[in-house]
This record gives sequence, C-alpha cells and structure tokens, in this order.
Amino acid sequence: MSDTTKKFLYLNRKAPYGTIYALESLEVVLIGAAFEQDVALAFVDDGVYQITKGQDTAGIGVKNFSPTYSALGDYDVNKIYVEKESLEARGLTVDDLLDLKYEDEDDDWAEKDSIRVVTAQELADIMDEQDVILSF
Amino acid sequence: MPIEVNGKTIETDEEGYLVNLSDWNEDVALKLAESEGLEMDENRWEVVNFLREYYNEYQIAPAVRVLTKAIGKKLGKEKGNSKYLYELFPYGPAKQACKIAGLPKPTGCV
Repeated sequence: MSDTTKKFLYLNRKAPYGTIYALESLEVVLIGAAFEQDVALAFVDDGVYQITKGQDTAGIGVKNFSPTYSALGDYDVNKIYVEKESLEARGLTVDDLLDLKYEDEDDDWAEKDSIRVVTAQELADIMDEQDVILSF
Repeated sequence: MPIEVNGKTIETDEEGYLVNLSDWNEDVALKLAESEGLEMDENRWEVVNFLREYYNEYQIAPAVRVLTKAIGKKLGKEKGNSKYLYELFPYGPAKQACKIAGLPKPTGCV
C-alpha cells in the first residue's frame, strides 16, 4: 500500500431520513473512494436502518437513496461493518439488510458479501486500526 | 437555460444538465449531444444507454473509474478503457455522456 493511501472509516449512527447525515456520508464515501483510498463503513445505533431492505420514501417526499449502497462494490468499498448489538436492540438480523456484494479481483472475480456483523468490542479494535474516522 | 425539442420547452441548468430527469427522451438526447458538438452514433448510444441503466439501478451516475470497469465488463474489454471513452466523449465520458443521458452531474465531479 502506498504512502498516500490512508485507512478511512465512515461511522454512521443516524436514521437514513429526517436529517441529511446519511446521504452526506454516502456522497463523501463515493468521493473518497474515487480517490482510491482504503475505505470502510460502519453502521451503529439507528445507522443500521440506513442499509435495511425495502425502504420506501414515497410518503415523505424525499429520494430513496438506498439502492446506491449496492454500487459501493463497484467503487471497491467492500468492508461494511454492522454492529451486532445495534441490530439486536432493534430486533433486526442480517437478513433484514441489503444484500451488499463485491467482486474479488484476486479471486477470479468471485462475488462475496461486503457486510460483516461485528460486536462492539470488535468494532473498537477496527477503529483502532484506522488513520481517519469520520463520524456522521 | 431552456432548450426546444419538438416544440416543447425543456429546462436545463446553467451547465446544460436537465433539471427534470423525466423530461428525457431520445430526441432530447440528440439535442443535448448537438449542443456538445457530438453526433450520436451507435457507440455513443451504447454508453448513454448504459449510464441510464446504471442510474436506474443505483440512483447515481458512476465515477469514470467505475464506469470504465463496468463498461469493460458489459460491452467487452476493448471498450473498457478511458482512451475509447474519451474518444467518444472528449470532454469527459462521465460529464458529457451523463448530460446527454439526462442524468445529474456525477457525484464528486467538479
């Protein structure tokens, strides 16, 4: 890895709609990834709702941007951490989340899951390894 | 700055991108291409249609790097490189092709 590549973690804590945080975070992620940085995302607290399946925003008159998370694999963003405790507290499981995949260039383009459910302790360790953490 | 297509006035922003994505049709695309000084041939349509499909699925216009990779995968390796795409769209495939496809400017594109 070159000296100019840093490890970025985008920490998402808020519900997808009602504030602009989730959408802004996603846009910054896409911009950061275009500059070929090492990007990972974490979803914690109500942030886990950002990547739930079956979002329908027709009633609130804003764009449903959840399909865009499925493009992250194309941007080589394939480390998506979801905190186990946050899912459990909301009665959610990994089956309620979007099916986010990426193709592994080093493994004959095999399709792999991007989402990794981790405990709060594991996430703390992941945070320790980062150069930059941006919290939304 | 509005454009006229088949007697209908269509709104565009100061850079020439459609204000309402739903205003798009092939005649509008031809008009937008004309304002870019480009003639729509089969290869250009292929990229424009690809971008529309990508936007439909993911709700974003892809960055050039992503577009190049995806085009290569879908339309063949000889088309999945920036040289080919810049020959078709000299002022930038993401910028010009997105405009003709009626999509917003790609995220992160200045």
